[in-house]
Amino acid sequence: MDKKRIWEGIRPYVLIAPAMAGIMLFVMYPVGYLIYLSLFKYNLMNKDKSKFVGLDNFTQILGRGDFYKALWNTSIYTVGVVILTMLLSLLIAVWLNKKGRFNSVVQAGIFTPHVVSIVSISLVWLWLMEPNQGLLNYLFKLVGLPPSAWLQSSKTALISVIIVSVWQAIGYYTLIIVAALQSISPSIYEAAALDNASRFKVFYKITLPMISPQLFFILIIMTIGSFKVFDTVQVMTGGGPNNATTTLVYYIYGFRTTNIGYSAATGVVLMAIIGLLTFIYFRLLSKKVHYQ
Amino acid sequence: MKTFDLKIVWTALGYLLKAAVLMIFIFPFLWMISTSLQTFRETMTFPPTWFPASPKWGNFAEAMNAGPFLTYFRNSVVVTGSIIVLQFLIMIPAAYAFAKYKFPGKTLLFGMILLAFMIPGQVTFIPVYLMMADWGLVKTLLPQIIPFISNAFGIFLLRQYFMQIPEEIIEAARLDNASEFKIIRKIMVPMSKPALATIALFSFVSHWNDYFWPLVMTDSAAVRPLTLGIAMLRETEGISNWHIIMAGNVILVVPILLVYVFCSKHIVKAFVYSGIK
Repeated sequence: MDKKRIWEGIRPYVLIAPAMAGIMLFVMYPVGYLIYLSLFKYNLMNKDKSKFVGLDNFTQILGRGDFYKALWNTSIYTVGVVILTMLLSLLIAVWLNKKGRFNSVVQAGIFTPHVVSIVSISLVWLWLMEPNQGLLNYLFKLVGLPPSAWLQSSKTALISVIIVSVWQAIGYYTLIIVAALQSISPSIYEAAALDNASRFKVFYKITLPMISPQLFFILIIMTIGSFKVFDTVQVMTGGGPNNATTTLVYYIYGFRTTNIGYSAATGVVLMAIIGLLTFIYFRLLSKKVHYQ
Repeated sequence: MKTFDLKIVWTALGYLLKAAVLMIFIFPFLWMISTSLQTFRETMTFPPTWFPASPKWGNFAEAMNAGPFLTYFRNSVVVTGSIIVLQFLIMIPAAYAFAKYKFPGKTLLFGMILLAFMIPGQVTFIPVYLMMADWGLVKTLLPQIIPFISNAFGIFLLRQYFMQIPEEIIEAARLDNASEFKIIRKIMVPMSKPALATIALFSFVSHWNDYFWPLVMTDSAAVRPLTLGIAMLRETEGISNWHIIMAGNVILVVPILLVYVFCSKHIVKAFVYSGIK
């Protein structure tokens, strides 16, 4: 009997042990290790020659132009992607909201880029944006626009990467918004119709507040996701031209073999930024969001 | 009569506009397929060749010969498959314990699961790589598998689902002397098939398509997955052999597109469901 009770006491721990072990080993411990590494001038070849440098790596970060460039690029990228994706997905979702065969075909179609690897998407767009033989410049020529250098010029490269990311993201967020729209009870709209409310007013006073929890969710997920951007940059531009598309993760990646301590310190900074963003969002916005 | 005509025009315009939007998202893939069947000369003409004069199926063979694609493919299958199987073995008991047992420290431990789900691999890849190197694992497939076997997000989703399963069913099974293991296997798992399918599809799509993690965890062709192999085609083929690069791309994309076409309803649901919850 006693044995059974002991077993019942430890049983939950046994069941969660493998999962907790994985999380400790591959998430929690690495975070600690990352912070530890950020305090060293790390020698990859000979660990014993690594030197403790305290916060030197961090002061170095703050004094380096290329770090600010990466931070700036990431911020521009994030603001661009978040605003464009949210506006366009909201627009498309409201437009495709009505249940119907063709609407669901279009929804499934715009979602397609989401199941395809970023590598493929980047390669296809690289080809579409090719300055001399690429299809986009051909279409530009057809409608009388001057050709663009797309990814080849530091003026347009970041915008080009933003376009691809928005194109890829729209389908997913459209579907989330459509699901939110369809969960609004029709009786609310019927009441508004009785009051002869204008379409704009209905959208602004009913639809938008009702889906605000989902919009809030999208805002957080997209901002954090955009701050981690790497794959598109790595395949499409390699951070160039002239560092025009070097984002924070690409920056960290760039130093991963040459200067591990510095790279780790930048990782700590990125983690702090992501944490701070999440915190600010919750503080500022959670009060304004209408929860059902 | 007049308003009636206008309505038809509006409906037609609506359809046209929807078709145009659909094209914006589908066309790049069609263009990829068209390019993959063109000759080098056809890809270099301006205005572009819409349809190749005669499809060059040989491009696929050429792309396949540009690297050890069979190895890449096998690596992708082994890595994705192992992750999914191991995730399930670990996730189901954990989700069950978090959903149905009370125990000291539960809130704290579950909080750690949620925290883990917020910390991205783009931040921790350096220490994880160093750990793998210390353990002598970097020449194997393991660095691409074991960091993902504890799926925090999956545990969270599955726990939510398990909590909806009524306590009475479990109590009844216990009265019949069913072991906890049997309860998991015979009650919890069958009753949460939709959630399990969601997590499996989600895992499959994200790990099959993953690029960042294999890029930082591998340094030889023997352990690289298909995504890396295709990305490297650009280096081996030079920047101008677009027909070959696109042929390789088709090889990477078509399997997942087929899966998508056949279970698009489930995949879409899986993504939206895991997004909203």
